[in-house]
Amino acid sequence: MDIFFQQIINGLVQGSVYALVALGYTMVYGILGLINFAHGEVVMIGAMVALAALQALLAAAFAPVLAVLLSLLIAVAACMALGYSIERIAYRPLRNAPRLAPLITAIGMSIVLQNLAMMIWGREYHSFNLPFTSNSHHLGGAVMNDVQIGIVVVALVIMAGLMWLVHHTRTGRAMRAVAENPAAATLMGVDINRVISVTFMLGSALAAIAGFMVSANYGIVHYYMGFMLGLKAFTAAVLGGIGNLRGAMLGGVLLGLIESLGAGYIGDITGGFLGSHYQDVFAFFVLIAVLVFRPSGLLGEKLAERA
Amino acid sequence: MKLHRSSGHLTLAIALLALPFIIDALFGHGWVRIADFALLYIMLALGLNIVVGYAGLLDLGYIAFFAVGAYTYALLGSPQFGLHWPMYVVLPLGALVACGFGVLLGAPTLKLRGDYLAIVTLGFGEIIRIFLNNLNAPVNITNGPQGISAIDPLQIGGFSFSSSYEWMGLRVDDVHLHYYLFLGFTLLVIFVSRRLEDSRIGRAWVAIREDEVAASAMGINTRNIKLLAFAMGATFGGISGGLFAGFQGFVSPESFSLMESIMVLCMVVLGGMGNVGGVVLGGVLLVALPELFRNAAGPVQQMLLGKVVVDPESLRMLMFGLALILVMLWRPAGIWPSTQRRREFAADDGVLRQEQETVYDASK
Repeated sequence: MDIFFQQIINGLVQGSVYALVALGYTMVYGILGLINFAHGEVVMIGAMVALAALQALLAAAFAPVLAVLLSLLIAVAACMALGYSIERIAYRPLRNAPRLAPLITAIGMSIVLQNLAMMIWGREYHSFNLPFTSNSHHLGGAVMNDVQIGIVVVALVIMAGLMWLVHHTRTGRAMRAVAENPAAATLMGVDINRVISVTFMLGSALAAIAGFMVSANYGIVHYYMGFMLGLKAFTAAVLGGIGNLRGAMLGGVLLGLIESLGAGYIGDITGGFLGSHYQDVFAFFVLIAVLVFRPSGLLGEKLAERA
Repeated sequence: MKLHRSSGHLTLAIALLALPFIIDALFGHGWVRIADFALLYIMLALGLNIVVGYAGLLDLGYIAFFAVGAYTYALLGSPQFGLHWPMYVVLPLGALVACGFGVLLGAPTLKLRGDYLAIVTLGFGEIIRIFLNNLNAPVNITNGPQGISAIDPLQIGGFSFSSSYEWMGLRVDDVHLHYYLFLGFTLLVIFVSRRLEDSRIGRAWVAIREDEVAASAMGINTRNIKLLAFAMGATFGGISGGLFAGFQGFVSPESFSLMESIMVLCMVVLGGMGNVGGVVLGGVLLVALPELFRNAAGPVQQMLLGKVVVDPESLRMLMFGLALILVMLWRPAGIWPSTQRRREFAADDGVLRQEQETVYDASK
């Protein structure tokens, strides 16, 4: 039973990160109908920039807590600029192009970012250590440390903030309007280009925070870390129903839980035939099963075929 | 006119036959090998073109069928199980198994639309790869991450494609022989694709791509026709995979990553979705470009800056990514799109608006 609680905690922590990244995918998808394949790389760049900033700030003798906060801010700012540029360069010129064209530029962007990161930061793993010790707390038989608590709390606060932004501000209303019907939104005086840019910047800011979290949790940064994380987060967004903010959060947390419970118990379930390295298979099987019975995800609306 | 066309075909045929020797003479042996791989990728891209280009089903796990074909060949023609079945049994069998997997993937996912389908196919591709990677315990089937080596070469009777022969003073090496074998298969796949394009089935695929509801109202059995697209695409992938295994003599799960699926998709979209010529062009470009960049990345730096500053491997991929972006920005419908798509895309805004308005009026 202790293992069970431990896996739940691990799943929640990982799921919070997935949820933040999945929100970026789902917001862009809701508005542009586009899979932003480069989003995972934005997470990676966020982590890399945060690490570089943290090291520089600590070297400049900033107080540890201040250095952490500042480096997070710098990463967020850098990623917002990056997200904005990605949209301007690779997606905006193709707004009216065939549907798969921006998918290819997104893939191209992802390759470019990955290799740029490799040129700048090299192929090796960098260790990412926070400048204070993370105490472990025992909850029943399970262990949760400060960083993990921080991740879950920060993720919750940010998600609440995002919901507030989308549902109770002017910008949020514009975003929802564009997602609903871009042409009608334009007629109502909404500046679509501005809304799309804001969406990309918001998504990238969340990605930067997620990148910081995942690096702090595992203590490692690597130029290739964004790819799999992005893939999982996208899976989470689809699981919850893509284009739906609550769906992305639910999907993210669920995927995290499924993965960690799957990794913990898949051996027992299959009588030792399949080991924990099948955890990804487990996640994808659940995804397929969910989609077979609910073709538009858990919280997705039933989509009418577009004429 | 007719004479003109057939003489054009003849020229093309001679050019294709002479190509490996021209490449060999100009660029060396290595590039003939690259041409062989280009042919394999063209076959893959043409298979995916049926699923994505004709039927409009976005498949992000297509490489799984390539993997299935390759592993079928590898398991039945290597010391792994001590089986050495002949090529003319194993290749069709691999195609058949891949086709089976195509139906297996297609059947539960036909209800899904657009990007939901994309993520499920992606998941399927990953599942296949992870299984290949881990099926070495408790029973060793795929030999895990090490892969299967010492696979039988492609051979028919006593004639092996992996050895050299002398004919009338002309030395024909393994890379040349494989070129001709793969060329034959590629032409077959092109032929089938072209015939399908203009057939009842091909038009049904296009109808489904354009509007599934309307297609089914016209009496098309959308479920079966979509399944057929998956099955056909998978079959081509399986054949290509079998040839790949025999050519390489070695397969490992690493060759079947998601990136490979994405590469094949890029070939289809970049070249021109739905157009056989465009897809072939896309395949050639995306195999040749990274190789060109590989050869250029180091020396050009040496020349311009006097030393190699940036890791050539990552510079190569960087240029490749940039090329993808630039080509798509330059020609959003692909380099050589099908006439239909070109028309759609060139349709001026006025017509488009009019169409939309009509739809709007009708729904009031």
